[in-house]
Amino acid sequence: MLARAGGSDGLAPCARKAQLCGIVPTPSAKAAQPAIAVERLAKIYKSGVAVDGISFALEQGSITGLLGGNGAGKTTTIAMILGLIIPTSGTARVLGAEMPRQRYRVLHRVNFESPYVDMPARLTTRQNLTVFAMLYGVEDAAARIAALAEELDLVELLDRPTGKLSAGQKTRVSLAKALVNRPEILLLDEPTASLDPDTADWVRARIERYRRGRGATILLASHNMAEVERLCERVIIMKKGRIEDDDTPQALLTRYGRRTLEEVFLDVARGRTEARQAAQ
Amino acid sequence: MSPHCEPLAFSPRRIAAMVLRYCYLLRSSWPRLLELIYWPAVQMLMWGFLQLYIAGNAGFFARAGGTFIGAVLLWDILFRGQLGFSISFLEEMWARNLANLMISPLRTIEFVGALMIMSLIRLAIGMGPVSLLAIAFFGFNLYGLGLALAAFFVNLILTSWAIGILVSGLVLRNGLGAESLAWTIMFLLLPLTCVYYPVTILPDWLQAVAWALPPTYVFEGMRELLINHVFRADLMVRALALNAAFFAVAAAGFIALLDSARRQGSLLQTGE
Repeated sequence: MLARAGGSDGLAPCARKAQLCGIVPTPSAKAAQPAIAVERLAKIYKSGVAVDGISFALEQGSITGLLGGNGAGKTTTIAMILGLIIPTSGTARVLGAEMPRQRYRVLHRVNFESPYVDMPARLTTRQNLTVFAMLYGVEDAAARIAALAEELDLVELLDRPTGKLSAGQKTRVSLAKALVNRPEILLLDEPTASLDPDTADWVRARIERYRRGRGATILLASHNMAEVERLCERVIIMKKGRIEDDDTPQALLTRYGRRTLEEVFLDVARGRTEARQAAQ
Repeated sequence: MSPHCEPLAFSPRRIAAMVLRYCYLLRSSWPRLLELIYWPAVQMLMWGFLQLYIAGNAGFFARAGGTFIGAVLLWDILFRGQLGFSISFLEEMWARNLANLMISPLRTIEFVGALMIMSLIRLAIGMGPVSLLAIAFFGFNLYGLGLALAAFFVNLILTSWAIGILVSGLVLRNGLGAESLAWTIMFLLLPLTCVYYPVTILPDWLQAVAWALPPTYVFEGMRELLINHVFRADLMVRALALNAAFFAVAAAGFIALLDSARRQGSLLQTGE
């Protein structure tokens, strides 16, 4: 189990004070509010439409897979939720804060991991995690890093430069960075891309364990159907910037009359809707 | 201060985190450290020996002792100040770490503050030993300029930061394809700010351009001090006023370019 920073509710004392002052919603207020709410969100570049007016809301504590082929709009959607990209129209709200306009209200409660974003290669794992712990205002950063190192099997790697680690080791370090502030919302963009099956399985187990222990909301963009099937209780399938389908894995399998999500994904990607219509 | 307490507060801890990140990097790479001292030392030695040669053959230069070395050292404050700012920023682009920072609670003003502090640290590492070499080789004591040096330094570092902020914004918006600006933009100021000669050498129309640039006042002020032994506070005040305008334009430009980068989606793709 990942160690909790702060009190038994996982909040730093000042965060608890802020909750009393109404700056941070109380648990009852939080329960009613979706962790992520996306409404008619669109991103249009000169080169074309990346995201085409999508809407969805994620309940707090849920784990959702964002499925889609290359260019489906998954990464752009995640980037708009994180405030890295300004939408052309529509809104993305995280814990009630509109992104990117109100991002500083919530960024300390969110984190992100992607194999396409690196950490400084010359810094050691410990140095990188120390810098990010400080940026996120983590109390007792050294203890938090030690706990993460134990949990993610990084103890041997703490004093090695991040750039000299293998792909699997780097993924574990990136995951440690993504968990350093014990985020309530975790966005993962293809977290197991380029990993061997054993390491990928290990990473999935850690993600699952963190979600259970923290009650975090996780949005996971992936090409890996087995991963989504194993981890996610809800799947949003995107194609050409639009949401093609959105349901539980079991409901999708039933609707398309398929045995695996991979078959469902191929049906959607290739526009084969007969199976879905026949099943309906 | 923890961001949990005051989500809108400016955090010295986050600035310290970024400074620590760059110090870790400097400590891990001796070529980076060597580079900070190498060029300033080479330049100072070359211009110093040239001045010694000319001084032996011309009466004016004999009286104007130290103007070349003084100019070299002050020019390096301007050039290295901007480079120190821009390179620290570029390190994030090279490391593909920018998205990690942009989704963290680190605010733009804190990031810029950390880059300014790193610019000072890098400058101290580079200029400290070189200024001592100038004393050892040529008997030129930059610190002997006293309060005037403080006025020169403040004006030069403000200009270097203003330009560093703008260049960083351009790199943010246009990717590493714009990186060469960080290395070359200052050389545009070299002839225009009259580092090694008085403004009166320039054609009339170019003099107007030169007087629109804050460093021109500093280099003119330095010559006044070394040749005529007069400290021109009026020049420093005008330079400071121009620097305030430069800084405001650079800050507005950076915010506009960052906003544009968010619209273009270039914060995730930080390559060329």
